[in-house]
Amino acid sequence: MTIETENKEIENSIKENAKKLLSEKEVDVIIGYSEGSIPLTSTPIFIRKEEDVDKLIWNNLCYINLARYLAPLMPQLCDSEGKALKIGIVAKGCVGRAVNLLAAEKQVDLENVKMIGINCNGNVNRSLIDLEIGEKEILDVSISGDDVIVKGRDWEQKFPYDQYINELCKVCQVKIPSTTGETCVGECQELESIHDEFADVAEYDLKSTEEKWEYIKESLEPCTLCYSCRQACPACYCNLCFVDQNLPVWFGKTTQLPDIMVFHLIRAFHLAGRCVACGACSSVCPVGIDLNKITRKLEEIVKKRFDYTSGLDAETVPPMMDFSMDDAEEFMLEED
Amino acid sequence: MTETVVKDKKSDENWEPKIIAFLCNWCSYAGADLAGVSRIQYPPNIRIVRVPCSGRVNPYFIIKSLTDGWDGVLISGCHPGDCHYISGNLVARRRFAILNELLDFFGLKNRVQFMWASAAEGERFAVLVRKATKVVKELGPNIKFQKEW
Repeated sequence: MTIETENKEIENSIKENAKKLLSEKEVDVIIGYSEGSIPLTSTPIFIRKEEDVDKLIWNNLCYINLARYLAPLMPQLCDSEGKALKIGIVAKGCVGRAVNLLAAEKQVDLENVKMIGINCNGNVNRSLIDLEIGEKEILDVSISGDDVIVKGRDWEQKFPYDQYINELCKVCQVKIPSTTGETCVGECQELESIHDEFADVAEYDLKSTEEKWEYIKESLEPCTLCYSCRQACPACYCNLCFVDQNLPVWFGKTTQLPDIMVFHLIRAFHLAGRCVACGACSSVCPVGIDLNKITRKLEEIVKKRFDYTSGLDAETVPPMMDFSMDDAEEFMLEED
Repeated sequence: MTETVVKDKKSDENWEPKIIAFLCNWCSYAGADLAGVSRIQYPPNIRIVRVPCSGRVNPYFIIKSLTDGWDGVLISGCHPGDCHYISGNLVARRRFAILNELLDFFGLKNRVQFMWASAAEGERFAVLVRKATKVVKELGPNIKFQKEW
């Protein structure tokens, strides 16, 4: 089966389930993907009426994590009296993980959420394509067969899907949201743990300290501190982010390397044990920084240290909200 | 600091690192005090900041210390189970474990050191401070976080 037909099938199942949920009044609003206003993107859409369901789409450019819009204090998701609306959300595996994470952190009430589970077939790494095309104007993007076809005024370029698939999707093991049938219509599964070798990051660990610094320096140098990665992240819902605090100022507002490093270090630290590996941060990056390496490392640290994978269920307490008397402390100074 | 000063620093054999030490009020600070009153020598490279508990040490403090030009950061708290606030150091330990691995990933290994020392362990405190100073001295001056102006 080609990617194109897979997409069609998924899209149809989304529409069918969305229609059913709205007509049976099980949900008040459905959050889904719709056609983007600029090429190579998709836009989140909030659907409240049954006749609008046809605006929902699914393709391999639906890289946004919709759980972002469930984060607390979003005024759209309450009625005029401030009561929480019942929400349906189109859930690929990582959206499901993010919803579970938000529930585990007591930020959403799963009773108000109904996932429309799909069997995700992965996302294209949009920044890679963007960088390759450069400054040429894109007029049309379509997916036919197994290729992404990008058209301009007098040019056309083919990008084979399996070469431009997002790195995180390549190693993804939660393509279907991990939840129970009560909170999910459509496809769902109940996962307790996943087995991951982290073979893709093993090579990096062999580098020396200086090589690591050079690599990180090189990959983060183009960063302009636009905070797109923060805005797209479903786990970044603080009312006042540390970058916006000015008493005290935790880091300077220049785009020199030290400031960039501090931002990415602390951002990564905040996501430890919480990152759901959706890859939204690297997909929205305007300068195409590969944040997936950091994402994978975070997952590895937490898996190896605490044997925990974020977002598989809504009950397990995330490791950074917990403590234990017998945690490993091999990194601490000891007398010889 | 200009580049030439840094180069001088690096080639200077008498260069000594400056280390900021966050010590918890109840154990490590008293431990350092004991080392002092017992006349146990430990390197004068550390500058002590007293904090209520090692759980009070926000990772921002550590990273900000590095960007402010400290060559090393040392954090010390009570032994697990001895915390005045019962579990402050256990919470801190998880945080530091993750932060330590992340710093390693970013190529900043060993600049930040963690240790436990109780109020009765003046000798241990001195030994570990010596060890931490030696490690940071081998790494050389902290120039990675230097701004151009």
